[in-house]
Amino acid sequence: MIKNLINKIKEFDSSADVEKRSNKLFGFAALYNTPNEVIEAAASVAGKGYQKFDAYSPYPLHGMDSAMGLGKTKVGYFAFTFGITGTFLALLMIGWMNGIDFQNIIGGKPFFSLPPSIPITFEVTVLLTGISATLGMLIIFNKLPKINSPLNDTDFMKNVTSDKYGIVINADDELFDENDTKNLLLSTGAYSIDNIYYRESNLTTKTPIFEKKFIMAIILTAIATAVISYFTLNWVLYDTQPFDWMWLQKRIDSQSESNFFPNKFGMREPVNGTVARGFMPYEYKGMPDSMVKLLSNPLPISKKVLERGQDRFNIFCSPCHGYQGDGEGRLRGQFPKPPTLHSEKVRNWTDGNIYHVITNGQNVMPSYAEQVSRDDRWAIIHYIRSLQRSHNASDSDLPK
Amino acid sequence: MSFDSTYTKELPLVENNPTLRQIDDAILLPTQIKPLKGWWIALGLSATALLIGAVALGLTFYYGIGMWGNNQPVGWAFGIVNFVFWIGIGHAGTLISAILLLFRQKWRTGIARFAEAMTIFAVMTAGIFPVIHTGRPWLAGYLIPLPNQNGVWVNFLSPLLWDVFAVSTYFTISFLFWSIGLIPDIALMRDRATTKIKKTIYSVLSLGWTNSNRNWSNYERAYLILAGISTPLVLSVHSIVSFDFAVSVLPGWHTTIFPPYFVAGAIFSGFGMVSTVLIVVRKAFGLQHIITMNHLDTMNKILLATSTMVGYSYMMEFFIAWYSGNPFEMFAFANRVLGPYNWAWSIMVSCNVLIPQLFWFKKIRRSIPVTLVIVLLVNVGMWFERFVIIVISLHRDFLPSSWGIFYPTITDLSLLLGSFGFFFTFLLLFLKTFPLVSISEVKGVTEGAQPTIHLHPHSNGYPKEKA
Repeated sequence: MIKNLINKIKEFDSSADVEKRSNKLFGFAALYNTPNEVIEAAASVAGKGYQKFDAYSPYPLHGMDSAMGLGKTKVGYFAFTFGITGTFLALLMIGWMNGIDFQNIIGGKPFFSLPPSIPITFEVTVLLTGISATLGMLIIFNKLPKINSPLNDTDFMKNVTSDKYGIVINADDELFDENDTKNLLLSTGAYSIDNIYYRESNLTTKTPIFEKKFIMAIILTAIATAVISYFTLNWVLYDTQPFDWMWLQKRIDSQSESNFFPNKFGMREPVNGTVARGFMPYEYKGMPDSMVKLLSNPLPISKKVLERGQDRFNIFCSPCHGYQGDGEGRLRGQFPKPPTLHSEKVRNWTDGNIYHVITNGQNVMPSYAEQVSRDDRWAIIHYIRSLQRSHNASDSDLPK
Repeated sequence: MSFDSTYTKELPLVENNPTLRQIDDAILLPTQIKPLKGWWIALGLSATALLIGAVALGLTFYYGIGMWGNNQPVGWAFGIVNFVFWIGIGHAGTLISAILLLFRQKWRTGIARFAEAMTIFAVMTAGIFPVIHTGRPWLAGYLIPLPNQNGVWVNFLSPLLWDVFAVSTYFTISFLFWSIGLIPDIALMRDRATTKIKKTIYSVLSLGWTNSNRNWSNYERAYLILAGISTPLVLSVHSIVSFDFAVSVLPGWHTTIFPPYFVAGAIFSGFGMVSTVLIVVRKAFGLQHIITMNHLDTMNKILLATSTMVGYSYMMEFFIAWYSGNPFEMFAFANRVLGPYNWAWSIMVSCNVLIPQLFWFKKIRRSIPVTLVIVLLVNVGMWFERFVIIVISLHRDFLPSSWGIFYPTITDLSLLLGSFGFFFTFLLLFLKTFPLVSISEVKGVTEGAQPTIHLHPHSNGYPKEKA
């Protein structure tokens, strides 16, 4: 297939590659030998009142603008507008990103201040000025790209890009007249005058980028690229060395084997008697009630504490004891039903007694010391007290 | 009929007075013939260097930057030295194309295109280093302030971020400058193309440029605007690179002279590299009449001037270290001259300040072999300047207990070699692909190229005004 393609291209080379021209006249193209001649010619063509004409030279000619009667180019205003926009956009970006949206304390400096913002503001200004000057000049002011201009592919163009100077008067100028215009060009000293005709493609083909097929192809390519790159990148960036986000490292993970220590444990055991901060062991662990010196509840009663207690109670206690503490839990029938917390016995217990039961366990109830922190246990006790009071309320408890 | 009769006689910018078509032929010759044998040899060498660098880079990616020699206390070493070195090389191109354009230095036309191309390739080379220095370059996208799922933004107080903006802006603007300069020349190549493939490629690249005066007039204005903004840009880029150091508190880095000192050094090293390559290229492609002896002479004068500025900066650093009364500053500079790296300091001073002083003599300025030796030494000296600034300042800072010595690894050296390979491979491909001198600009400065009359639109006769 590639061989065929190469052969085709080779055949193309030998054939005449100049596109067929229509009969519609684009304009007259006159050639001159020296810069002075073309300046004079341009001045007299402009003087006659022609508007749609242009001068051509291999390099910019000084003084041609005034000879053609052209005003000053507006590229500067265009670039200036974008440059100023860049200045403000950059300041806005820095001010919003570091000053408002993501306030990061760096050496106690203000979140936004002007001096350290100047370098980036300057760079963005320059960037936008440069890009707008270039693209504006090419696309907006010079109407490029325009590869199939009628002038391209002509002998005239081959001369003016190399060493000759030219003037083209367009056929759609109001003053254009085949004889008069040709005579004018001859009188200015042109050594050759060509008739330039439109290409057939200039007259027939619509802008190809609006064709349905082209747009569909673009959309399909976009979708295919997105899908392929999504899966490829996922595969590359998450599964492949070295793009594994540092998941794989030369270190011993917890629970893994180590040959360094005789017992082959990757993890180290703490020294005997080590106590983690905030995890002082319970003094009366496993002791019967009679040996316990009962503690009193260190937490004050407040709405916050009660809500915390309710939250923990509903999570850890309610499955067996029920939301009301009456023993009607969600596990009844599958697990021995605990006695109600509203009995005379429990109501007469001190807080320390309940704490001992939660921490140590009682009968079939296991210890909850591992699951519920000490402060949470005391908060649960406050909540149990409020449950007890609500179930045995007297008239004096009613709000006045 | 020429300007020369009314003004001081200037040396011709293009020698032997060729016709415009002869200029086309001479400059486009390398793009139209089969590559010379020397070109293949050069490409082979640079591609080999590039390949060595690519292997080193692959190892760095896979195993991480532990492959490099930098470690505490020298956390920045070859990676950043190479970055600053190549960014500096890039400064000559924009200086020639922008600042000299604003000063109406017409001799720039002969070397501007080539120097701009060097700028682009040098900035590309430089850009590799900070990115791979991060260790995980595929995450470099976080350098750009884009919305991300972590809800964080970049830190605009950091000079390292200014660097990102400065270098990427510099590359973009240099690239635009270079590409719009190429458009008219590519139009010429399109019209000289002999095969359909070439013609299609050049037609697309030239965007259908027609050399029309209405287009030229917008084009020249845009070119002037680019020159106008590139001038402060080129000064800002190396200033910002120097902020990477100057904003820190390390003795030897924390000085206010850094921005101008770095800019002077950058222009110096850039001209050094342009001269080195230009001397070879003008000979190899037979362009001695377009890139003339006068060009080399003028460039040597600029080298002399910037070398002297750099020498002044060296002295001023020492003076300020003493004048500050800060014992750490004084030690940092004494350590440069007397410490374990004093050989690097000696290379720097002799290559950058002492040897270029030979350019005071006209005979040496206009002798190609001597110039070639000196500019090669300038390249070496400027690489060592960055080594001195970065490594010597880091290896002995405040606490003697954390002093250390830096040893480059084979990976470090391969990456340095690879950076040269990268740069020269691109440069060689450019030499073969595009005209290495701006044809339309050179044509505009040949004798008799510009009109001698100044006219306005008129209908009767030809009232001529003398320009």
